[in-house]
Amino acid sequence: MACMLEAPLRISVLSEVTATSRHYVDRLFDPDPQKVLQGVIDMKNAVIGNNKQKANLIVLGAVPRLLYLLQQPTSSLELRTECAVVLGSLAMGTENNIKSLVDCHIIPALLQGLLCQDLKFIEACLRCLRTVFISPVTPVQLLFTDPTVIPHLMSLLSRSQRTQEYITQIFSHCCKTPEHQMILYNHGAIQNIAPLLMSPSYKVQMQALKCFSVLAYENTQVSMTLVNVLVDGELLTQVFVKMMQRDRPIEMQLTAAKCLTYMCRAGAIRTDDTCIIMKTLPCLVRMCSKERLLEERVEGAETLAYLMEPDVELQRIASITDHLVAMLADYFKYPSSVSAIADIKRLDHDLKHAHELRQAAFKLYASLGANDEDIRKKITETENMMDRIVSGLSESSIKVRLAAVRCLHSLSRSVQQLRTSFHDHAVWKPLMKLLQNAPDEVLVMASSTLCNLLLEFSPSKEPILESGVVELLCSLTQSDSPALRVNGIWALMNMAFQADQKVKVEIVRALGTEQLFRLLSDPDANVLMKTLGLLRNLLSTRPHIDQIMSSHGKQIMQAVTLILEGEHGIEVKEQTLCILGNIADGHTAKELIMTNDDMLQKIKSYMGHSNVKLQLAATFCVSNLIWNEEDGSQERQDKLREMGFVDILHKLTQASDPNLCDRAKTAMQQYLA
Amino acid sequence: MAELGAGSLQVGDPALNYQERELNERLKRLYPAVNEEETPLPRSWSPKDKYSYIGLSQNNLRVHYKGHGKNHKDAASVRATHPIPAACGIYYFEVKIVSKGRDGYMGIGLSAQGVNMNRLPGWDKHSYGYHGDDGHSFCSSGTGQPYGPTFTTGDVIGCCVNLINNTCFYTKNGHSLGVAFTDLPPNLYPTVGLQTPGEIVDANFGQQPFVFDIEDYMSEWRAKIHGMIARFPIGERLGEWQAVLQSMVSSYLVHHGYCATAMAFARATETKIQEDQSSIKNRQRIQKLVLAGRVGEAIDATQQLYPGLLEHNPNLLFMLKCRQFVEMVNGTDSEVRCFSTRSPKSQDSYPGSPSLSPRHGATNPHLHSTATDSPTCSNGVTSKNKSHSKYPGISSSSSSSPSSPSSIVYSESNSTDSTKSQPHSSASNQETSDGWRRGENIVPPSLLQKHCSGFSADSEMEIEAEHYTNGVADSSSARIMNGTYKHEEILQTDNHSLDESDQPRQLCGGNQAATERMIQFGRELQALSEQLCREYGKNPTHKKMLQDAFSLLAYADPWNCPVGQQLDPMQRESVCSALNSAILELQNLPRQPPLMLALGQAHECVQLMARVRAGSCSFARLESFLH
Repeated sequence: MACMLEAPLRISVLSEVTATSRHYVDRLFDPDPQKVLQGVIDMKNAVIGNNKQKANLIVLGAVPRLLYLLQQPTSSLELRTECAVVLGSLAMGTENNIKSLVDCHIIPALLQGLLCQDLKFIEACLRCLRTVFISPVTPVQLLFTDPTVIPHLMSLLSRSQRTQEYITQIFSHCCKTPEHQMILYNHGAIQNIAPLLMSPSYKVQMQALKCFSVLAYENTQVSMTLVNVLVDGELLTQVFVKMMQRDRPIEMQLTAAKCLTYMCRAGAIRTDDTCIIMKTLPCLVRMCSKERLLEERVEGAETLAYLMEPDVELQRIASITDHLVAMLADYFKYPSSVSAIADIKRLDHDLKHAHELRQAAFKLYASLGANDEDIRKKITETENMMDRIVSGLSESSIKVRLAAVRCLHSLSRSVQQLRTSFHDHAVWKPLMKLLQNAPDEVLVMASSTLCNLLLEFSPSKEPILESGVVELLCSLTQSDSPALRVNGIWALMNMAFQADQKVKVEIVRALGTEQLFRLLSDPDANVLMKTLGLLRNLLSTRPHIDQIMSSHGKQIMQAVTLILEGEHGIEVKEQTLCILGNIADGHTAKELIMTNDDMLQKIKSYMGHSNVKLQLAATFCVSNLIWNEEDGSQERQDKLREMGFVDILHKLTQASDPNLCDRAKTAMQQYLA
Repeated sequence: MAELGAGSLQVGDPALNYQERELNERLKRLYPAVNEEETPLPRSWSPKDKYSYIGLSQNNLRVHYKGHGKNHKDAASVRATHPIPAACGIYYFEVKIVSKGRDGYMGIGLSAQGVNMNRLPGWDKHSYGYHGDDGHSFCSSGTGQPYGPTFTTGDVIGCCVNLINNTCFYTKNGHSLGVAFTDLPPNLYPTVGLQTPGEIVDANFGQQPFVFDIEDYMSEWRAKIHGMIARFPIGERLGEWQAVLQSMVSSYLVHHGYCATAMAFARATETKIQEDQSSIKNRQRIQKLVLAGRVGEAIDATQQLYPGLLEHNPNLLFMLKCRQFVEMVNGTDSEVRCFSTRSPKSQDSYPGSPSLSPRHGATNPHLHSTATDSPTCSNGVTSKNKSHSKYPGISSSSSSSPSSPSSIVYSESNSTDSTKSQPHSSASNQETSDGWRRGENIVPPSLLQKHCSGFSADSEMEIEAEHYTNGVADSSSARIMNGTYKHEEILQTDNHSLDESDQPRQLCGGNQAATERMIQFGRELQALSEQLCREYGKNPTHKKMLQDAFSLLAYADPWNCPVGQQLDPMQRESVCSALNSAILELQNLPRQPPLMLALGQAHECVQLMARVRAGSCSFARLESFLH
């Protein structure tokens, strides 16, 4: 009973177990309850602050016995309480201790204990539960398995400051998913916890505040409710604002800022609200300052990045606040050369946080530069910024790589940066490297950045092409992730824009017509659009058109027919008609249309479509077909006249849209010449 | 320009007075440590300290450019009326850009006295500025550094000087832009400079609420400084400190004669008390007598217990006798009380249950002037006033601080026989102060003469008496207002219902025999004064004391007369404290409790910090630590 371990393990561990530890466990089995109680109390005193003793007692099987005593209705209340205290003490040890406790089903036993009326016992149970639940090794789901637990915990909130502290701490650590948020919300978490923000106990205030931050995160329903909550006649948002006052503890300022950030992002507070612009944002910028602890700086930067991500005005304000852009440069200076010399503890601490700091800074830079060209310029002009991004792209930590590529992506939206700093620092090299077997989330960002680097005016386009990017992009188009397919085909489209014949042939070869047509029937409209865009870019300038159409004409015409007949949006059809227009520009290619009466009928009907854009595209196609100065133009004109095109063109010259009118007149002139 | 001119017409405008009041209130709240008599705060731009191309209007708050503005040689600046006092700790002002004019070459910043005004702030030595056209900061140099965004019409630019770490940061529309300058010299003036026609800016030195939340920034530094004080490292001297603190508390208790508390404290902390218990009890008894207004008995007891003390301290004796005379008028001294028809208990009261608790206001004069202390001067009303005007900071502490010692001795003071009758005297106290404040009931000179006729030198009295009515009212107001206010508050709430049952008070309790005894005592006192004058030469303090005391007889209702303040039982405290100090000195014990000395020294240090420009003094105020 005392020891339930497997035999081989027992031998190895037992050798370390001292006789005294065994003595403590043995006393738990004494028939005299008074002696058992004394034994538990002695055990309590023996394990405080002694991790080895804790491990020993766990190995010797003290836990099941303590749990048994704790649950036994015949045990005295004092004994049960002391058992809970000892268990709480054991939980304070290593992660392995927690695992052993959880394996012994300590959680249901303690939750059961909460049904007791005695406050001291309840507090001891909650304290132990708290310690177990805040450990990363404990599955949080265990809190939600029994549906009666949450309402009971809510009811215990009124019992004492300790129950308040422990319960709110459990909630804030166990609320990890939207489902958890809704369970807590539906059981009145907001009404029950809001008054605790005014608690005289700092610990209770803090835990309550943390609860609100996890409840509000990405949860519109909770956030919308929170903005209307009154605490002591004051709006909750104002309570949070007060908690951000600069003489409050940093932890409180930071957590209150998180609450308001989450409420804002969930749409409950406008981004131009004073409490965001004048209070939350400056508070978070302060959290990034050098005076703060490394952990606080990481959290501050991440929260700030999240707050201003969608709002250019917030980005502009942040960019001028307290030299934030320059302040972030400091995030890359850990571990500093000083810390290595100063003391080993500091170095260890710095090393631990160095990755976190870098990724947080990259995230914040990415957010800052998301929309405003001036801010991007300011960022790239920060000391060694591009070098830092380049080295960040190849860091071992996936988190840093992702953040670095996000930052690069944000900056790559700037035409000027693409032309200058991006090229100067050859960012495409590490980016290409990053694209080889990276996880999907990195790939999405990296390929999206690549799209921008492949824009026609980007000087990086050439070297990237030479590095054999085509195969890679083609493989992306086969991905399961729509985002990756879009980025792959988008990059190819950009690449094909005004490209050499060689490049175009290479793209068609590498992609393969089969894949191309598969993409033309992609369920994702975005993928379809970019694929059509690619086709259009491929089919430009006459020699290219003829060459591609001579080898793939049949399939392309089929695909075009299919799309024109299918259920698609205006943009898709317009793009398709433009492709047809390009085909009509080719020497030999235009015969593919002229010989296809069915297609000509389609074009004719689009000329009479209710949408001007489609009419324009169709007219453009016709005008290409009947263009003078080309061999056989007379026959084509005659054929189309017979089919009734001239009448339609004539009608279109009276169109209200000036563009369409012009285009129709140009086409008509071909007949007159 | 018509609009600009309108500003000067508004001088008598009530709206302006309102603004002035708001300015004063805001400045007081922001910079409580600044003594404006020594170091006035900037309140407007100086019409004298500006370049000729600068025009001022709207009470010298609006600045406009009136030069040619061809090039940088046409730049012009203006400084505020006063430099920023270091005691601000953190100083802040804002400038609103009303119009950027032609090119918006505006500079906002700081400069020392004497810096060339034909320039924008920042271009010269001891000059610092943030310029609107390029957003650069200029630190005593013609070339700027990239600092912040540009600013233009409609923007509000703030400039914050941190006098603790000597840095400066700017704000734009309420957003902090980060540190612009470090290692700033002292005594900088708020400065703005303009360079092209049409440029107009308005200053806000506190006339209006600031756009930036400067008080929040200040609160951070207050917390920082308080944290620094709280965490001041004392290292291995921890035990030593504890012993020092314990002996300070103990000596304080002993000094004021809180015998039982002192004994209990000594037992708990296992420390020894220097003075033996019986001696403390003796002092306690004498103090109680004085505070109860039974000065005659107190003199007797002193002479009996400490023979020679008063003989060697004629000044102290004289002061006691003067007080005894006042108490006779009051009807509380035993020499007249024995004649009284009314119950003695109703008269020999001392208001407020913490009767023995010392009041910081009363003891402060000692600690400020420890070195030059003389018994007479330190207890006289005049010196108190002086100290209060000189150290305005401490006056507020006097009303709040006694609470802690008083709570300790509560039980002891209850044991005095005077507690029962407190309500009665409280009412009288209230009346006294009321009458005194109104300054009414001045008796015609004829009556005055009649009353004074019993004494010699009556002609002199007459003249002097007129002088007193003015003199007393303004000389002691600050101190007395403070003391009485507090008093009234406590008593009114406690004993309001009893006020109505109060009978009108009469001279010497209304007894004829007692009045005669009082007159006779007055003659003796007069004789004593003359004797002292012969032995030790003229003593203006004595003369004043005597005249004040005798003046009471010049009024039909002494309690409601310009010198009636003397009858306030609170006035017994200074006499009591002087006597107590003398007794302690006789036994070779310090005449001042070390705790009060330390408090006084701390206060002086903070004052000194302001003078040597240590800005942190603003947030190291003694009041924040005295509860």
